[in-house]
Amino acid sequence: MASIELRLEIEDLYTAYAATLDDDDLDAWPDLFTEDCLYQVIPRDNFDRDLPLALIRCESRAMLRDRVTAVRETTMFEPRYVRHLISNIRVSSETDGVIEAQANYAVFETMTDAYTRVFNVGRYLDKLVREDGRLLFSEKRCVYDSVLVPNSIIYPI
Amino acid sequence: MSVSHADNAPLVTWPNDGYDRIPYQIYTDPEVYRQELETIFYGDSWGFVALEVEVPNAGDFKSAWIGERPVIVTRAEDGSVNVIANRCAHRGVKFCHKDSGNAENFTCPYHQWMYDLKGNLLGVPFRRGIDGQGGMPKDFDRANHGLDKLQVHCENGAIFASFSETVEPFAGFLGPEMLGYFNRVFDGRELTLLGYSRQLIPGNWKLMMENLKDPYHASLLHIFLITFGLFRADNQSSVAMDDTGRHACLISKRGEQKHTDKTRDMKRLWEDFNLQDPRILDPVPEFPGDATVVMQTLWPSLIIQQQSNTLAMRQIVPRGPGRHELRWTYFGYADDDEEMTRRRLRQANLMGPAGLVSVDDSEVLKVSQDGIEPFEEAAAVAEMGGRETESQDHMVTEVGVRGFYKYYRQVMGL
Repeated sequence: MASIELRLEIEDLYTAYAATLDDDDLDAWPDLFTEDCLYQVIPRDNFDRDLPLALIRCESRAMLRDRVTAVRETTMFEPRYVRHLISNIRVSSETDGVIEAQANYAVFETMTDAYTRVFNVGRYLDKLVREDGRLLFSEKRCVYDSVLVPNSIIYPI
Repeated sequence: MSVSHADNAPLVTWPNDGYDRIPYQIYTDPEVYRQELETIFYGDSWGFVALEVEVPNAGDFKSAWIGERPVIVTRAEDGSVNVIANRCAHRGVKFCHKDSGNAENFTCPYHQWMYDLKGNLLGVPFRRGIDGQGGMPKDFDRANHGLDKLQVHCENGAIFASFSETVEPFAGFLGPEMLGYFNRVFDGRELTLLGYSRQLIPGNWKLMMENLKDPYHASLLHIFLITFGLFRADNQSSVAMDDTGRHACLISKRGEQKHTDKTRDMKRLWEDFNLQDPRILDPVPEFPGDATVVMQTLWPSLIIQQQSNTLAMRQIVPRGPGRHELRWTYFGYADDDEEMTRRRLRQANLMGPAGLVSVDDSEVLKVSQDGIEPFEEAAAVAEMGGRETESQDHMVTEVGVRGFYKYYRQVMGL
């Protein structure tokens, strides 16, 4: 059973994670990951059937930075706001300095001329490690429930 | 705004006799859409439904769509591939809820009519009634009440189906040149399934087909393609079509990341853009010939993607005049080593609903539909590269779009 302090620390990491995406602070998003991290956005049906394809697959913090550059500089998209709600955080194991945690998430999307809609709902299956005293994600898998994506995924989940 | 149709009047008045104008009405009108489903999707065409590797064993099944009709692809005990409608012959229930699985037979949950893997009706509960009461009439013949069975063709691991009894054989449907390009990727090697993605795009289905027949936009819209030379108008390239114009290929060879006198109109070529981790663009040659990208569009609604080492079937499922679902099936070959599989998975970052390239398209299709719908009387212009419909050995052209509408007008009688 993780200590209360560790639980609060983990919750802080998730809160910071959501804030980077929701507050358009994308450049800070990769800093929450280790340098050799693995980040994936995976439809539930691929996950359930052990099919390896992910919609986003970043195999390093550098790839996360390239994703940010793509959002900032290269991708053509209609402006939108996103809002992440992360809850039901569970710490499933803690071995050799690697914490396995999972959480439910919901991402809401608001386009300029439309009501807010539920954009993507699923769970985070994560591994966390401590580097220089800070907890970071060494692995994050975002497994989303509805395999049908409403048009495009611009911002990371 | 809606357009009303007087009896016997043509559904659409085309702006001219050619193919360089496309009336917006065909992207918005529910009656046009209904006729497209009937004539194009359920008519004399072959629709992609699955890869054979998705149903390798007896009893395996996979749900799919042709037009708006749900179908099931099955592998029967005798090894045959069957495609049957997912609609109970009794009262119309879409009885199979699973995307894929393995079954000995299918039973409708409503009245438990049971069918075998080929769609034959095996059993009807209370067929002879109870104690002589009720039951089916004596002349009820199970043979007349099976599921709709579609025509099936397997081409080197890809399964196609048709609702039409009169559809021409697959090889003739593609024609020799298009079949040649098809068999460049489907060369008989065993495939391996990497996974799926699906997205609902708020634009008419034809806009997506046009997008993949229009190399003109690729050199302007897609910074990733332009900057890294993956697909660009100054590269050695061509647009090939079959005799009817209904199928096409955009064929090209990767160029360099630098401006030349040929790229001056490509404002978005970004010479100094360096990826911090370039492994997502680390292609190795794997197909015969010079081409590093061949995007094939098969009438009416399939895109076969070979960009560098990322391979996918992109199937369009129309969902009303104003939107369509794009279903991506990514694959490799059974003899890929681990490094090749990882390369394909990395390069998949370019494609799909979150793709560094493809997102530009799904976003642009939405704003296309947004612009088209309120101006139904207007027409699109497709004159780049002339007004004709012959194959061209460059990509500063919209000839593939014109070819598509040449055949569309013929089939739709417009």
